[in-house]
Amino acid sequence: MSKAIVLYLHVHQPYRVRHYTIFDAGVSHDYFDAPYDDRTNNERIIHKVAEKSYLPTNRKLLELLNNHPQFKLSLSITGTVLEQLEKWAPEALKSFQDLCATGRVEIVAETYHHSLAFFYSRSEFETQVQMHRDKIQQLFGQTPQVFRNTELAYNNDLAYWADQAGYKGILAEGWDKVLGWRSPNFVYRPAYTDNIRLLMKNYKLSDDIAFRFGDHDWSEWPLTADKFAHWLNETGDATNFNLFMDYETFGEHQWSESGIFDFLEHLPKQWLKTEGNSFMTVSEAIDNFEPKDQIDVPQTVTWADTERDLSAWLGNAMQAQAITALYGLEQQILDTGDWALIEDWRRLQTSDHFYYMCTKWFNDGDIHAYFSPYENPYDAFIAFMNAWHDLQFRLAEKGAAV
Amino acid sequence: MLGWELPPHNSGGLGVACYHLCKSLAKRDVDIEFILPYHAPFDEDFMTVTAAHPQGAKIVLANASAYDSYKYVFDDGHEEWVDIIGQQHAYEHAVAQLVEEREFDVIHAHDWLTFRAALRAKQIRNVPLILHVHSIERDRAGGQSGNQLVCEIESTALLMADRVIAVSQHTKNAIVKEYAIPADKIEVVHNSVDKTAFAELDAENAYRYIARMKADGYRVVTNVGRLTVQKGLTNLLYTAKAVVERVPKTLFLIVGSGEQYFELITLAAELGIAKNVIFTGFQRGKHWRDSFAIADLFVMPSVSEPFGIAPLEAIGFGTPALVSKQSGVKEVLNNCLKVDFWDINEMANQITAVVQNDGLRDELEWNAGRELEKLSWDNAADKLFAIYGQHLTGAAA
Repeated sequence: MSKAIVLYLHVHQPYRVRHYTIFDAGVSHDYFDAPYDDRTNNERIIHKVAEKSYLPTNRKLLELLNNHPQFKLSLSITGTVLEQLEKWAPEALKSFQDLCATGRVEIVAETYHHSLAFFYSRSEFETQVQMHRDKIQQLFGQTPQVFRNTELAYNNDLAYWADQAGYKGILAEGWDKVLGWRSPNFVYRPAYTDNIRLLMKNYKLSDDIAFRFGDHDWSEWPLTADKFAHWLNETGDATNFNLFMDYETFGEHQWSESGIFDFLEHLPKQWLKTEGNSFMTVSEAIDNFEPKDQIDVPQTVTWADTERDLSAWLGNAMQAQAITALYGLEQQILDTGDWALIEDWRRLQTSDHFYYMCTKWFNDGDIHAYFSPYENPYDAFIAFMNAWHDLQFRLAEKGAAV
Repeated sequence: MLGWELPPHNSGGLGVACYHLCKSLAKRDVDIEFILPYHAPFDEDFMTVTAAHPQGAKIVLANASAYDSYKYVFDDGHEEWVDIIGQQHAYEHAVAQLVEEREFDVIHAHDWLTFRAALRAKQIRNVPLILHVHSIERDRAGGQSGNQLVCEIESTALLMADRVIAVSQHTKNAIVKEYAIPADKIEVVHNSVDKTAFAELDAENAYRYIARMKADGYRVVTNVGRLTVQKGLTNLLYTAKAVVERVPKTLFLIVGSGEQYFELITLAAELGIAKNVIFTGFQRGKHWRDSFAIADLFVMPSVSEPFGIAPLEAIGFGTPALVSKQSGVKEVLNNCLKVDFWDINEMANQITAVVQNDGLRDELEWNAGRELEKLSWDNAADKLFAIYGQHLTGAAA
């Protein structure tokens, strides 16, 4: 029986808002330009992540692609990280282009700004998806066929939209409450759709790599490629193992010292030595396997936290107020036709800003704390709202009713 | 004179009040030695400032807040962090040594942190002891009972004092009620405000955004102070919600920091008024001054405010005030709005009236400005000088 690993890595960096005060509002519009040594400086973070993660990982991936003709993977890369790579780490961007040039790396569609626009403005959402599509065509010469929404936020409406938009596939979290007794290791068909297929993340296997790999207290530590391939081989009834994770797992979340690069290096060899095993991109898995069943997801499921909902971004009042205020400006901002203003507004839509305001991390998952450049969620909220006030100021300057 | 802080190393109004009182007293040929628990350069000559701290300690580093721990650096190089109770003891012992070597007629001590030292000084030298109460523990605890150790110090010291000065009738009443001190032992000497600072306003306001919004018809309500339960700011936010529902173009500017900071930010969001409430954190200098000047109304909704100098500062910067009836400042100010701290409906009613009616705002401002001209620290100093006199001539005995 043939079985495939569907490795999909998500690459993203936001434009972090600097310590932007009410005294800056109306004076300078440089929300995203922190001093270089500040924790919110985007250029410095790009330099660091390129050096620790993008460059060494891509070097390894290219080597694997060259050494194993059967090795394949899929990537999603947001517009906001692509822009920053163009500006501050062109060599890292080149390394992604080199991967794609092998013809065995598929790019997945998403919103350019890594936003939650789907839940607030359908037209803005579609604009951002189109912007991303254009950017991918420009930089990588391919047109994405499979869609993933920000934070893997998925529901029936999204599947319906993606089906109508002509995507052949869509990605979602393989959350137990959705799957029930079923396994994530098959292709599925979203409810209420005609042609589109659904790939669901095997979060146990994915998190073994993304979260638990370096944890010495984990009973399975140390995780070797040999052991991992063995687990997959032992799983009888399966067609595709959907290993979906943040790209920054390699070198950033799991440091090089953890042995993560050795794991990556050995995985293809260990997996491919068994007859019938393969790697597939997301499109290939959809083309090769028949859907096993239909999946109905009336409520939004994401890939975050134990709740697997949007509460990490929209769960508290600060987050709800901030995002509502932001989308409340949509029509006025677009009406200005001022592209600098529109782009600043779009950069503020990036989901990370709302994640930084999450108060769950006082008890749930230190992961929020690790990824926030702010001292606390309140500082994140205040900097964001001050930037919002400045958008309002700029609208007023253009004669809009504020 | 025993005090805990002086500007610029002050955390609040206590140090400022001490400074101005002493400056005005000095004009009446009162010779003051002001004893602080820490070293601070003091380059004015109207009084002598002495540091009283443990033997062998050469440097005492105070944090920004009067209630933080201090770091003592000793002659032999070792360092110690001392908490507020430890500091009081250290101060008491150091003062006890100092008073042996000094000649003085009266001991005048400000607030509970200096009261133990004041009692020791009185015990050693038996001169008249005047205790000046800027706030009692119940005020600081926002109407709750507060720290019992502090209450005990206040109770004992106030009983032993020859005379007690309260910064308002409000505070005098509280002392009588809390500590059963005979009313005729307590004299009310109202605070005032230093008017020389008001001249420094620039043409360009630091709040560029808010100025722009005002041009579009927004009106601004501000509060400047510590974000602590005593200040009644949760009620102000509930009030803000009611005002914003009626007048959406109202901004509330909350200037300051404190233990309620996160709680208040969350509450504003929960009330759905995050766009209208701006938190600036702690500010000094021009940012601080402009926080008053940019506003159409200053609100001090304190649960209990022994005096409350901020509304007078606001008036000095040309902004009228709404103060809670549970404040001392309402006793010296007629041309301002007054409301019970708990009466959210009435507070919303009055704020709505001001932000909808520039005429009301301007009238309040003009009249309050005239009233402010009559207030002076010299009046407070005159009263104190008279009280000193009574004790020195035995008239008060």
